[in-house]
Amino acid sequence: MSMAANRLRYVARRLLQAIPIILAIIVLNFLLLQLPEGDAADVLAGEAGSATPEYMAQLRAKFGLDEPLHIQLLAYVKNIVQLDLGYSFRNNMPVLDLILDRLMPTLLLMVSTILLAVGVGVLLGLFAAMGLNSWRDNLISIFALVSYATPLFWVGLMLIVVFSINLGWFPTSGMETIGAFYEGWDRVLDIAHHLVLPTITLSLFYLALYTRLMRASMLEQSGMDYVTTARAKGLTERRITFKHILRNALLPVLTMAGVQVGSLIGGSVIVESVFGWPGLGMLAFKALFARDLNLLLGIFFLSACLVVIVNLIVDIVYSFLDPRIEMR
Amino acid sequence: MGSPILEIRDLQVSLPAGSDRTHAVEGVSLRLEPNEILCLVGESGSGKSLTARAIVGLMPSPHVRISGGHIRFGDEDLRSVSAARMRQIRGSEISMIFQEPMTALNPLMTIGNQIDEVIQVHTKLSRKQRVERIVELLRDVQLPDPAAIFGAYPHQLSGGQRQRAMIAMALLLEPKIVIADEPTTALDVTTQAQILSLLKTLQAKHHTGILFITHDFGVVAEIADRIAVMRMGELVEVGEAAQILNAPQHPYTQSLIAAVPSLVPRKPRPAGDAPVLLEVQGLNKAYHSGGLFARKGRNVRAVKDVALKLRRGETLGVVGESGSGKSTMARLITRLTEADGGQIRLDGTDILAVPRKRMRPYRKRVQMVFQDPYASLNPRYKVGRLIAEGMIIHGVERRAAYERVHELLELVGLDARVAERYPHEFSGGQRQRIGVARALALDPEILVADEPVSALDVSVQAQVLQLLADIRDRLNLSMLFITHDLRVAAQVCDSIAVMRRGEIVEFGPTEQVFADPRHDYTRELLDSVPGKGWNAPRLAG
Repeated sequence: MSMAANRLRYVARRLLQAIPIILAIIVLNFLLLQLPEGDAADVLAGEAGSATPEYMAQLRAKFGLDEPLHIQLLAYVKNIVQLDLGYSFRNNMPVLDLILDRLMPTLLLMVSTILLAVGVGVLLGLFAAMGLNSWRDNLISIFALVSYATPLFWVGLMLIVVFSINLGWFPTSGMETIGAFYEGWDRVLDIAHHLVLPTITLSLFYLALYTRLMRASMLEQSGMDYVTTARAKGLTERRITFKHILRNALLPVLTMAGVQVGSLIGGSVIVESVFGWPGLGMLAFKALFARDLNLLLGIFFLSACLVVIVNLIVDIVYSFLDPRIEMR
Repeated sequence: MGSPILEIRDLQVSLPAGSDRTHAVEGVSLRLEPNEILCLVGESGSGKSLTARAIVGLMPSPHVRISGGHIRFGDEDLRSVSAARMRQIRGSEISMIFQEPMTALNPLMTIGNQIDEVIQVHTKLSRKQRVERIVELLRDVQLPDPAAIFGAYPHQLSGGQRQRAMIAMALLLEPKIVIADEPTTALDVTTQAQILSLLKTLQAKHHTGILFITHDFGVVAEIADRIAVMRMGELVEVGEAAQILNAPQHPYTQSLIAAVPSLVPRKPRPAGDAPVLLEVQGLNKAYHSGGLFARKGRNVRAVKDVALKLRRGETLGVVGESGSGKSTMARLITRLTEADGGQIRLDGTDILAVPRKRMRPYRKRVQMVFQDPYASLNPRYKVGRLIAEGMIIHGVERRAAYERVHELLELVGLDARVAERYPHEFSGGQRQRIGVARALALDPEILVADEPVSALDVSVQAQVLQLLADIRDRLNLSMLFITHDLRVAAQVCDSIAVMRRGEIVEFGPTEQVFADPRHDYTRELLDSVPGKGWNAPRLAG
């Protein structure tokens, strides 16, 4: 049996296993959102200033909010299975369109954040471990500690103050220059330009975390027996570090990164608000205050799918890095 | 003899400030001739490994450093060669084999690529030539299917295969010297015998000088041309193998050799018709691996239809290699692990039929001593509490329990005052004594000892074995003694059960099993005991 076939079977099985998990998440989310007082009708009525009880009842009947809970749930699950996430009455748009609209910016922010955090974190950790207790190590460790301890929103605001307002290097908010209508590569560059500050803000905390983890992992691995073996072979320290220790030291960092992708979505709410980034986090934030439960549920559903998929990707990457992991 | 290929003169290795001694190695002088195996023997902490590592400058930390002496290799002094020259020497002129084949190889790199690195850094051969060379050498170390091994990862190989690969790596560039640091200690006895003979054959073929570090005099007797004995960082005695093994001069060497258990079983004790205390029948245990969703898992039958009888006052040895199921069996009998089926009759009662809640009265009758004296004592408890806890759980009043602790400590040869101290303050042998005291606290009738001495140095091992024998005789205990070491079994056990792959293949009185083994596997085990042809001289004093 070939490795590739094994891997394919593994992926198929994992996706199959994900279905009950996601269904359970849907049900749980639905029930959780029933807990707070008030529904969309209350909010709409509240915003209108006043409403008669008849009008409220009419609204509820229109949205199906007067049905018993289990009927609502059943209808919702049935719809979701058909990929119909419902209608957002606040935005007067189908939830699916709304979410898909916001998905790309969020994915863009997430992927660039992960790449930056893991990539730079690993590099910094590596440099720190290679020059153990040197000025380089101390500098990196202090940087990691400070970034670790600084709140996200404050970093975001400070970056805007320094780099956008004072220096004028980067735009203050948004994803694209409004009204410029760039096409092709110009548009890509424009978005990348807008992406810099939010990515740095969101990744700083994780970057610090991975730096520390990578440093500790490198130090732990460099005390292992196989390193002594490598030394006894006559390899240079450089080669030992890059060919032997590095790959082994990466494994715990990758595990950690995989676990944290989920929490990235949560963290992005703040960053998206600060930078006016039109992503899912902002959408969720608004939906929450507008009691737009359909939209909120849709976002939760999509986040759950994202986490499941990212975990699967991490596991597959892991199996490439570590031959001891069997894809069964 | 010609000129030595390696000459160590007055080597000093200093330890960082605050260690229990200032020097790990003090004034060691050694010569290694071409084409000889020099065994460096000593107990843990004797400095034998550090001496060997000092040769190629592989100190375990920057704080441990060579502080004096000369290491002459050909016409160079290895202490003063450049870092680049040292790297050139490592792997091509002096190579090393390490103890743990499990951890000494990089888990993420194929065996072939790890071996290939050696040629890659030291020669200019092409990839094709290198691969050819490696495959040929893998065949030389008798690995099956060298091409497959080349592409395999370390975890896909057994311990013995990994060690063969290490040997291949060490011999690849025909080095003048191979330093082998306890290369067979982590292996099973049959594998050890194969590896030793392989090393010896290849050494003769390539005329390599081997510096072989070991603590095991059996292995020494098997392989050494010359022997150097170390203690506390100092060289105690050097000489030809035959002389040291049969007529050691120094008192320390004499005591070390005297502590090696003889392969000739001790005189059987008169027992025979004592009542049967423990009877095991049809005991089974299988482990299932594979997750909830995995369609087919793997079933490992760890213990298969095991039947045993243990008489009052008798010591029954269970011998076997790793994975033979002997430890699992011990855990089943103490009911630390639930059996899948079978009967364990203690004085006629089947304890497997007793519900867990009502096991307590039976638990105190069967107590266990564990292998690892470091891991089996809770580091946060004082010794007194460790020993008293069982008694208190079983309803002994607190004061009475602590009084008993003092008696027990004296019984195992420790001062009663140690009850106030923590386990980390004790040596391995002392900890094992504490473990024995803990097991005895509940006045058990049966002591299950799972490799109680295999983590100990040979002189300490002899003391703990003596202690167990004394206690057994004094308290008329029955003992189930699990060991992989046939020498120990010969000295401790009245009867022996040989286990392989979960089954007992032979069961009989010790003398009979040693003199006239019935099963092929027993014969193979006995043939593999290192130094079987050597009978340690019984020295006076």
